[in-house]
Amino acid sequence: MIAEPEPTTRFIRPARGLQFLDLGEMLHYRELLAYLALRDVQVRYKQTAIGVLWVVLQPALLVGAFWVFFGRLSGIYEGIGGTPYPLFALTGLLPWQYFARVLSDSGSSLVTNQRLVTRVYFPRIIVPISTAVAALVDFAIGLLLLVVVMIWYGVAPRVALLALPLPLLLLLLTSLGFGFWLAALNTEYRDVMYAMPFLVQFWMFVTPVVYPVTLVPERYRWLLGLNPMAGVTEGFRWCLLGAPAPGSLLWTSFVVASAVFMSGIAWFRSRERVFVDMLGG
Amino acid sequence: MGTPAISIKGIGKRYWLGGAVPYRAFRDTLAGALSLPGRLLAGTGRQSRREVFWALRNASFDVNPGEVVGLIGRNGAGKSTLLKILSRITDPTEGEIALRGTVSSLLEVGTGFHPELTGRENIFLNGAILGMRRDEIRFKFDEIVDFSGVAKFIDTPVKHYSSGMYTRLAFSVAAHLETDILLVDEVLAVGDAQFQRKCLGRMGEIAKGGRTVIFVSHNMAALRSLCTHAVWLEGGTVARTGTTDDVMAAYQDSIEERGDFTSTDLSSWPNRYGSGEARVVEAVLRGVDGQPARVLRYLEPAVLEFTLDSQFPDEITLSAICMTRDGMKALQLVHYDTPGFAPGVVFGRRKVRVGISSLPLQCGEYMWAIGVHGPGQTPVDVVLEVLPFSVEENPARTLRPFPSHQRNGLCSLLADWKFIEL
Repeated sequence: MIAEPEPTTRFIRPARGLQFLDLGEMLHYRELLAYLALRDVQVRYKQTAIGVLWVVLQPALLVGAFWVFFGRLSGIYEGIGGTPYPLFALTGLLPWQYFARVLSDSGSSLVTNQRLVTRVYFPRIIVPISTAVAALVDFAIGLLLLVVVMIWYGVAPRVALLALPLPLLLLLLTSLGFGFWLAALNTEYRDVMYAMPFLVQFWMFVTPVVYPVTLVPERYRWLLGLNPMAGVTEGFRWCLLGAPAPGSLLWTSFVVASAVFMSGIAWFRSRERVFVDMLGG
Repeated sequence: MGTPAISIKGIGKRYWLGGAVPYRAFRDTLAGALSLPGRLLAGTGRQSRREVFWALRNASFDVNPGEVVGLIGRNGAGKSTLLKILSRITDPTEGEIALRGTVSSLLEVGTGFHPELTGRENIFLNGAILGMRRDEIRFKFDEIVDFSGVAKFIDTPVKHYSSGMYTRLAFSVAAHLETDILLVDEVLAVGDAQFQRKCLGRMGEIAKGGRTVIFVSHNMAALRSLCTHAVWLEGGTVARTGTTDDVMAAYQDSIEERGDFTSTDLSSWPNRYGSGEARVVEAVLRGVDGQPARVLRYLEPAVLEFTLDSQFPDEITLSAICMTRDGMKALQLVHYDTPGFAPGVVFGRRKVRVGISSLPLQCGEYMWAIGVHGPGQTPVDVVLEVLPFSVEENPARTLRPFPSHQRNGLCSLLADWKFIEL
């Protein structure tokens, strides 16, 4: 083995009080995180006929369907301000699909990895995080599709593109935050699994994914920000399509997402002590 | 020696029996909340419904660096719980443990193996799960594959492996863990007898390599050969610590004193099948001294006794099968073995004695199945997995340098070898 440092003493004690992320430990377990994410990626499209094509096909088909139904509605047409509808919808759908996938994958992650969690020690929070990392691969491929569509419609990137890390960060915070909550809740209440499809569907309707935010009256628009996914979709459209900057909506989203993220970690860490015993041997 | 490698002080683990259900549905919580006022009126608070169970209480002992310690005790004594706390899978409720050095735990082989991934991919994944670094796995990769003997299929998804190949590959990864402290639970009970011996051999190497190891196993013979020290857990606390021989002797004495296995009441034993017109209601296993025993020795006499309660109107056949822990049949005894003995038609209670002059079973863990059959081998009552016992090496009869536990097969006996004329 590689040169071993002087043995350090580690203590095992009953955990008490509020726990947050142990960053040093997370760093130590980064390889495991990578392998778990890699496993998810490797396994995802095994035994499928068209494999990774699904990543492009899914949003493409969805966009097509929404185009047929919503593309010609006058309210929507005016709201998107000249942007071709497929491009508009795709820009909203890609982050949305990422979010929806992380929500359901990380929500069920502790239960599907039950054997792992009850047999080996590692920071449990790695499990939902690894699902979010694995989903990034599909998201990146989806972005390539978006680039192709942008070229097709001759939409050139603008200066706002430099701000893309902002909505990206917001997307990650939101996805992980809700993922932590659901993952921990699911170990105690399997209702989470059953509620998930409805939750995702309902949530999509209250998020400006396939319709423009202008459908919501101006005075109530900041309220939309309370749904951080609204901030995400608006942010993406601002950076990629040159839509007007979302301003306060984005910042409200950031505040909400950060709160969900922090509380998600704290909740997860506090339930961590219980759910291993709940999951059983 | 100085500082111990593992120092366990006053460890306790509490479980809520109410939480024993694998998960709650939200509706249960709702129902609980709704019925709360009623229960308060009736004078039964919430607390009274949740019973507390201490799987471990005030357990303390030290393990010095390089010691190989066997954890022994009955089922439910807290062995596995302690191992889970030591490997940080679950938190203790009270107490403190200090661990000096890197720790890895082996609570089962093949944790995290994914059927869709190839052998190669699984080695890296499983290695990472067990806490190995990528360079370390890469460095030992050939060795691991070599040890497993599945080199030819290393790029095949493991779902196409036979269960034997799967286990071998999984154990091979685990066998190459190199940490200062190793915690091992009953993993020696995997695979066929031959592979178990290979595992045992590897564990022996590890144990001799100066590392600190804690083993949990029901295989007394294996623990005796691997461990320098033993800790006996009883009802969640430490009953005795010391050298393996001392502690095991005391443990076995206590079992005999308690006599909780002298004869097993099988009248309501659940694991059985057959028409039920006759039933095996009681059984006992006796050792060389005629006393009830759970530990027998290779090539020593043993006696199986059982009581029959029959209303079956036809002639019966009696048989007994010795099975290993994983259900492999090692030995079958049938009443036809004794010329002239025929149970015929039995009404009411009869006691049957099966005398074995020289037990040919190799060291290991076994249990019995006792069968009563009617004409045409129709099962009347077959009780399964009763009277667990272990077989130990018999120093008086074992011929070095090839002791019975190193041989292939489940049985062995002293055959007559010599040269004869060409």
